[in-house]
Amino acid sequence: MEWEVVIGLETHTQLKTNTKIFSGASTTYGAEPNTQACEVSIALPGVLPVLNKEAVECAIKFGLAVDADIAPRSVFARKNYFYPDLPKGYQISQYELPVVGKGKLTIQVPAGKHGEAYEKTIHITRAHLEEDAGKSVHGAVEGMSGIDLNRAGTPLLEIVTEPDMRSAAEAVAYAKKLHELVQWIGICDGNMQEGSFRCDVNVSVRPKGTEKLGTRREIKNLNSFKFMQQAIEYETQWQIDTLEDGGIIQQATVLFNPDTGETRAMRSKEEANDYRYFPDPDLLPLVVSDEDKARVRTHMPELPEAMKARFEAAHGLSSYDAATLTASRGTADYFTAVVQAGAEAKPAANWVMGALSAKLNAEEKVIADSPVSAAQLAQLLKRIQDNTISNNAAKQVFEALWAGEGDVDTIIAVKGLKQESDAGAIEAIIDEVLNANPAMVEEFKAGKEKAFNALVGQAMKASKGKANPAQVNEILKKKLG
Amino acid sequence: MINSSLKTLSQMLASKQISSVELTQTFLTRIQQHNPAINAYIALDTDKTLAQARAADARIAAGNAEALTGIPFAQKDIFCAKGWKTTCGSKMLANFVAPYDAHVISQFDAAGAVNLGKTNMDEFAMGSSNETSYFGGVKNPWDFDRVPGGSSGGSAAAVAARLCAAATGTDTGGSIRQPASLCGFTGLKPTYGLVSRYGMIAFASSLDQAGPMAKSAEDCALMMNVMAGFDERDSTSLNRPKEDYTRGLANMVGAQPLEGLRVGLPKEYFADGLDADVAKVVQAAIAEYRKLGAEIVDISLPNSQLSIPVYYVLAPAEASSNLSRYDGVRYGHRAAEYDDLLDMYMKSRAEGFGAEVKRRILIGTYVLSAGYYDAYYLKAQQIRRLIAQDFTEAFKQCDVIMGPTAPSTAFKAGEKADDPVAMYLQDVYTIATNLAGLPGMSIPAGFAPSTDGKALPVGLQLVGNYFDEARMLDVAHAYQQVTDWHLQMPESLK
Repeated sequence: MEWEVVIGLETHTQLKTNTKIFSGASTTYGAEPNTQACEVSIALPGVLPVLNKEAVECAIKFGLAVDADIAPRSVFARKNYFYPDLPKGYQISQYELPVVGKGKLTIQVPAGKHGEAYEKTIHITRAHLEEDAGKSVHGAVEGMSGIDLNRAGTPLLEIVTEPDMRSAAEAVAYAKKLHELVQWIGICDGNMQEGSFRCDVNVSVRPKGTEKLGTRREIKNLNSFKFMQQAIEYETQWQIDTLEDGGIIQQATVLFNPDTGETRAMRSKEEANDYRYFPDPDLLPLVVSDEDKARVRTHMPELPEAMKARFEAAHGLSSYDAATLTASRGTADYFTAVVQAGAEAKPAANWVMGALSAKLNAEEKVIADSPVSAAQLAQLLKRIQDNTISNNAAKQVFEALWAGEGDVDTIIAVKGLKQESDAGAIEAIIDEVLNANPAMVEEFKAGKEKAFNALVGQAMKASKGKANPAQVNEILKKKLG
Repeated sequence: MINSSLKTLSQMLASKQISSVELTQTFLTRIQQHNPAINAYIALDTDKTLAQARAADARIAAGNAEALTGIPFAQKDIFCAKGWKTTCGSKMLANFVAPYDAHVISQFDAAGAVNLGKTNMDEFAMGSSNETSYFGGVKNPWDFDRVPGGSSGGSAAAVAARLCAAATGTDTGGSIRQPASLCGFTGLKPTYGLVSRYGMIAFASSLDQAGPMAKSAEDCALMMNVMAGFDERDSTSLNRPKEDYTRGLANMVGAQPLEGLRVGLPKEYFADGLDADVAKVVQAAIAEYRKLGAEIVDISLPNSQLSIPVYYVLAPAEASSNLSRYDGVRYGHRAAEYDDLLDMYMKSRAEGFGAEVKRRILIGTYVLSAGYYDAYYLKAQQIRRLIAQDFTEAFKQCDVIMGPTAPSTAFKAGEKADDPVAMYLQDVYTIATNLAGLPGMSIPAGFAPSTDGKALPVGLQLVGNYFDEARMLDVAHAYQQVTDWHLQMPESLK
């Protein structure tokens, strides 16, 4: 039988606010345990939550970015359960009435096993605000478990999709797109190692061509795209094998073990929880007016889709180039800065996607940390454009810039890379080359085009690479004409 | 002096007839003398108290005193006060020293008031007799065999026995007003949201409200000037301009100062269940109001018989969640020995909470459970709106509602301790006010004889419209100008 996998995602994005969602405690990551836990974070008797407006603004931004309904009135509810890292014994979340309703996100699924690359729209069911829990710390003191409440109360936006994805590749493409989008609009730092962006993936399978959804299992807390791909692929195959062997799938929460590459169900006791949700009486309903939305919209950056269209129209870039440049906010900002500094768009695009990107990848750096600034790259491109240096020389300059050897013009001067564009000087060189290589000249005259290129090479060599290749071509053509 | 009004004490302090230290010492001496028997205070810290009194004297000397500067108050042990043991009447918090001040505490501090100590209360404010306190019951100053009411029983006894100039309380279903009735003093539960709940240990968040417990309406008005006001740390705190709650008191003079005032009597508050002697006292008080010029109108609050069942769904539901933080992990009682995490939770909570608190956690957990939520919690919320609507309708016909505060006078200790429903009925006339979020008051209206021949105080309840505290205080003050029930104190404690 042919099977179809059905996947939906729930993503916890930590919002990039200065303070916690219901208190003034700092959200900075990595501080000494419990140094960022105020009386609200540790749930002392008598403390009360006050909603952080910054977190609400983040939620509205997201809603606008995925073209979603933003609820004029949403409600915070208490999710009750006991756990040492949950100081109040309940988590403040949104249950029946979330702040962000139905929206959508278009993803690009790259070419792969399935064939060509394609686009697909993933429907967002909802996104709601909630607070993060603290962390249990095991082993810091021998034989004891500790609790670090620095993270308790960090604002999260939980983004839930419809079961729209049909392969691990689609799920990963969605997760990557979402990961980029939340950084693009500035609501999340996207740091997966620090847990700023965590995905739970719901996976079920069904016979291809049928409508009814199979029983799902939820893979919890995936914090890398690679693990997500592996976990979904393993889980899908496990479910298919189980069903083909005559077994049944039971709804469960599973964890992925990166060492074995397998998923395994957590204790079923966890699922028996009755969270006893009810509206939090300490908080008023969250009201978002049209004015609030309009105000947030004015701080929204241009979204990737709009920017891509603009790059195509304004700079004449191909759809592929424009998509690549707008795949991340960092790349788009860098490219924009290069063009704004006076470089031509097309060579700027080529350099950003080519040499710069390759070098960043090789050194595992993000573009924001590029040793070559956008202004330097623009200057380099100007020097190509005004014929000061050749493309080949430009590559050397780029390497030197990367190594921090100074500014563009200094490097050109120090390395003697200035291009020879004096027609008389080039002509003299070419005359020498023609005199020294009569055999090649004969070959060319006998119709061998290759000989021409060999002569150009000789001329370039004789000029130590400094002659302007276009001029060499032109003069040589004339002489042999 | 112990019987003086806050205004008089303030004048005496201002004119240096007495110092705050002397005044404070007077009350500390009385506390030393009577508290061992009455058990109104459960935390005293003479050094801290006298330091505040000295600071108040310095402030008075410097000429920047406020109305309450230098006056000693008792604080219900539900308010966190920095450096003070704050127990909420529970073994769970028996050793908890608050590291921060509740809004109410910092308001009194800022006013230069002196904190005499923390008063006894029913555990987590759950009770109507103060008998659920881990620190033992409190004696009713009028009859030591009887309860002072609850949950603010310690504050009530402290005010009635003149062990403080006045006290703070909190009222979730009647916890200021019922003890005020049973102990014979004036208590006000303000409109929900008027006094910040920050630092006030939560019982039922949508109902809890702090208020003054004092001898007179005038005292309550002065305390409201300090207690009420917007606090951004409480999201349910109302952002409205500051009011002077004493502003109308001076107008309550002349033969008929209440001319034009419409007083509504809900027929449901004078039906079965009301003690006949209590009814008589309440009727006499209403007759007095008629003399003061008020017009009496009959009204109905048709859903009021539903307020106890609704309350005992909603309050436990919120409490079951509010009390989850007492898990033995970060502070509070933790069992000495346990096998694992779950065992630690269970043993710590089983040992740390008393029977009434457990009962309410169980009820609350039940009504919020999957499958029961709609039938209990949601239904109760719907009825809560109907109860509030009853009042909205009633206030179209009257300006203030009057009736009994409690169905009986103070009952004997132990009398209802084993019958939770009988205990819950103590709040039959007060609970609807909390459900609607309205302000309610109890003022001394006379005495009724007990079966064993003692005269016990009876309270008259006033319910006003939202934010109508100033008018209620005027109405109460007018009555207190022509009666002296509020000035009576137990003979044995004079």
